[in-house]
Amino acid sequence: MKRLPTGGTIDRTRELSFSWNGRPLRAHPGDTLASALLANSIAVIGSGVSLKRPRGVMSAGAEEAHAFAQLGEGGASEPLTRATTVEVFEGLVARGLSTKGVLEAGVDPSRPDRRTGHCDVLVIGGGPAGLLAALTAATAGARVILADQRPSLGGALLGDQDVIDGQEASAWIAAQEAALQAASEVRILRRTTAMVALDQNGMMLVERRGQPRLWQIRARQIILATGSLERPIVFQDNDRPGILLAAAVRRYLHQFALAPERTVVFTGNDDAYRTALDLVAAGQTVAAIVDPRPAPGGTLADRARAAGIRMITGSVVIGTDGDADGVLIAARVAPLAGGDAERIECDGLAVSGGFDPVLDLHHQRRGPTAWNESLATFVAADPVPGYQVAGALTGAFELAGCLRTGIEAGRAAAAAAGFPAGNTRVPDTAPIHVQPSVPIWQIPAPDEDEGRSFVDLHRDVTVAGVHRALGAGIRSAEHLKRYTLIGTGVEQGRTSKVNAGMLAARYQDGPMGTSSARPPVEPIAYSVLAGRARGAMFEPVRTTPIHPAHVAAGAVFENVGQWKRPRYYPRAGESMADAVQRECRAARRAVAMMDASTLGKIDVQGPDAAEFLERLYFNKIANLKPGRARYSAMCRLDGILFDDGVIMRLAEDRFFVTTSTSHAGPVMEWMEEWLQTEWPDLRVWLTSITEQWATIAVVGPLARTVLAAADTDLDLSASAFPFMTVRSGTVAGLAAQVARVSFSGELAFEVSVPGYRGEALWNTLMAAGMPHGITPYGLEALSVLRAEKGFLIVGQDTDASTTPVDAGLSWMMTKERDFIGKRSLRRKAMVAPGRPRLVGFLPADPAAVVLEGAQLVEDPAQAMPMTMIGHVTSSFWSTTLGRSFGLAMVKGGAERLGHTLYACTGSDSMAVTLVDPVFYDREGARRDG
Amino acid sequence: MLQIRCPWCGPREENEFHYGGEAHIAYPGSDADDAAWAKFLFYRNNPVGAFAERWTHVAGCRRWFHVVRDTMTSEIRGSYLTTEKPEDAR
Repeated sequence: MKRLPTGGTIDRTRELSFSWNGRPLRAHPGDTLASALLANSIAVIGSGVSLKRPRGVMSAGAEEAHAFAQLGEGGASEPLTRATTVEVFEGLVARGLSTKGVLEAGVDPSRPDRRTGHCDVLVIGGGPAGLLAALTAATAGARVILADQRPSLGGALLGDQDVIDGQEASAWIAAQEAALQAASEVRILRRTTAMVALDQNGMMLVERRGQPRLWQIRARQIILATGSLERPIVFQDNDRPGILLAAAVRRYLHQFALAPERTVVFTGNDDAYRTALDLVAAGQTVAAIVDPRPAPGGTLADRARAAGIRMITGSVVIGTDGDADGVLIAARVAPLAGGDAERIECDGLAVSGGFDPVLDLHHQRRGPTAWNESLATFVAADPVPGYQVAGALTGAFELAGCLRTGIEAGRAAAAAAGFPAGNTRVPDTAPIHVQPSVPIWQIPAPDEDEGRSFVDLHRDVTVAGVHRALGAGIRSAEHLKRYTLIGTGVEQGRTSKVNAGMLAARYQDGPMGTSSARPPVEPIAYSVLAGRARGAMFEPVRTTPIHPAHVAAGAVFENVGQWKRPRYYPRAGESMADAVQRECRAARRAVAMMDASTLGKIDVQGPDAAEFLERLYFNKIANLKPGRARYSAMCRLDGILFDDGVIMRLAEDRFFVTTSTSHAGPVMEWMEEWLQTEWPDLRVWLTSITEQWATIAVVGPLARTVLAAADTDLDLSASAFPFMTVRSGTVAGLAAQVARVSFSGELAFEVSVPGYRGEALWNTLMAAGMPHGITPYGLEALSVLRAEKGFLIVGQDTDASTTPVDAGLSWMMTKERDFIGKRSLRRKAMVAPGRPRLVGFLPADPAAVVLEGAQLVEDPAQAMPMTMIGHVTSSFWSTTLGRSFGLAMVKGGAERLGHTLYACTGSDSMAVTLVDPVFYDREGARRDG
Repeated sequence: MLQIRCPWCGPREENEFHYGGEAHIAYPGSDADDAAWAKFLFYRNNPVGAFAERWTHVAGCRRWFHVVRDTMTSEIRGSYLTTEKPEDAR
């Protein structure tokens, strides 16, 4: 192709520079990458994916199956874009691909946006049908959003020279656009492709801008006016650069002022005659129109004859010739009835096998389609609920029909959305007499080599490939797709599916249909879907009010759900093991403190609060006196341990319930569910107060001394403030709630103050404890300290099969009354002998820490698969015990105490002796300090 | 994403809600025999078409309510209070 000296809608007054395969080139504003390359006499863009044949440009739109380019460099590089949809901009860097993109390493610096939209009527497609649909609905008063994938509205009109209401198409488009913009509630989205038709009339669209924008629009009514795509024709060597769809040739002529020097048109329908006529009108040479119809008539054929264009009727193109680079130099034409082939030199072959409505979004909603015999393609049989179809989707391929169905769809949508529309006049168009078209599916190869006749130009699938599939017994379109890869390219086989189905039908004596289209319509970069939700914006980060103090103390943090919790506080030169041992020693020998603010807290109030909690938790709660606390736990309905925590009774009708950090939300939801759906008669009110309180645990034999020095009015003596009680008072001059609960076995006070004073409390306690060597400790030390006491962590030592009995908690279970999950604990499987029980273990090598999760077996030498007796749930080195130890779930449990099992990790095994799970202070002598 | 009408807050996006499974499953109580209890715990209907199900507006008013949803088309026929019947969906 060559750029003509005049014409087109490109801005010739300005130039842009871009680079192609490292070569600097120039283009004009308005050029696509494809038109710019053609204007620079670059015919070969890349190569086919498997046969590596040279490939050029075959279309002027999103259906492009040949001209793929990689844009940009590094992390921002975008693979597998279609050169026909990329607008050239100053500094664009692009290179050709063998229809396979490359994901480059690096951080994608793009910052895509996400927007939500609502409207009465969403119109997809801004061609003649979509324009009038949008205008009709807007005139009726509906809020309208019109989305079109191209930079300019007009659709197929952009590539044609129609006259509407006596105006040139471009003037008519401008008038409709102005009318839309004058309407009060219309938004026009250009460069915006509707990708996914969602439930409830939702639509996901991608707007291509400096930074791409993902739209989620919900509309009362959606109008699909997505137009049609031209089909290529399958013949030998039909993939050469220079062979284009006939309408695309017209679009390159009218929009981009590009034309082949000598063109052959190959068509079985009248529409492609426009291509020949327009080329001649532009002063270009049309060598011939090849038409299988014996005597084409009608308006356009008459005009072609009048223009003196050579018409070779009753004939087809049977093959093409190429130069050394594979670029088209000639077409070979032969009569259908048989006879010698004629070689016609040409650098452009404009083909038209017919047109297929763009039904992707209709298919996504499982819309029904019907075969239209006269159009020889599938059209939308009925719109899906909430949708209207207009233009080519209804089978209206002519301009007048597009305009009329656009108005009809606009009226129907507006009315359905509650805006009755008046009558809109259908604009006048020149009447055209159209001859029946003849679909051309495939021209057999003259030398019977069907390995060069391409059905899917993107995936390099040939007629030979389809024959192989049929020979293998493939009989459905979906199987044909998967066997041959037809339609699996990024364009989802827009230009190949119907051809493939009809080709297959010919050889299997029955219709095959086409494979379905699935969302998204076009590939969407993950970065666009992610939007700003990446890096620090990926997920909310929850920190406690004391977080700055942890950061200042050099804490290493661990993610617990969304929370950042200190894992340990290393000093200079310390390993994690060093730090954890030091923190444990401080808790056991002096005093240590921990930020426990992330624990879930729920305020349960009301006259029936005690009754409510007794139904949920499996221990007794009603007999708890105000001011006292109790370790409590609950099951799910299936009897599986769900969560544990301490319940404090603050008053007859008020409880302060704590949950594990990770279950704060689920427990709250669980409580609400039962209260609202099963026991609405209970007078109980729930409030989540997790973030309203900051809680610090002061732990160790010197905890009382430290707290006493922290400006408190509470009597901390063991007699006045016994274990498992809760008191209100002041600490550090702050209103505080103090509980004597311990998760380490040591004397401990959990001090809670209003959240925003948490850091002040931390600093005061630190200062008060400084003389005693107070040590902040993290989750690692917490886990060691609690395991030494045999305290389990729900979700670590238990899993989705562990009952309270398995976990060794049957001692706290109420016998008298019903609770959630109680019935399940009587099920046969729950009382079967040999269920796992929580036990402790000591490795034979006191220096070896067994891997958590390791399986326990009786004989490590047995053949695989081994008989597994249980598994390790917690395993640590204990500086207090001076050795390694752990907890495990073991079948039989108590009966095996004293026995030796083997912990297997890979090919290694370690002998472990099963023991009682309480390793430290079995008498509980240390809890009062 | 679905749009769900909370009976108290009006139409909101699906991500404000949590799903609670089939509605109108009566709690049989602890006296149920093994078969009845297993049916209550593990058996749920999975119809094509209208399905009454429970939702909670967890990121809003925290209320539980019921929804009739078409499992084939995801069309939501309406929502109703836990004290009402599916016919009351609106």
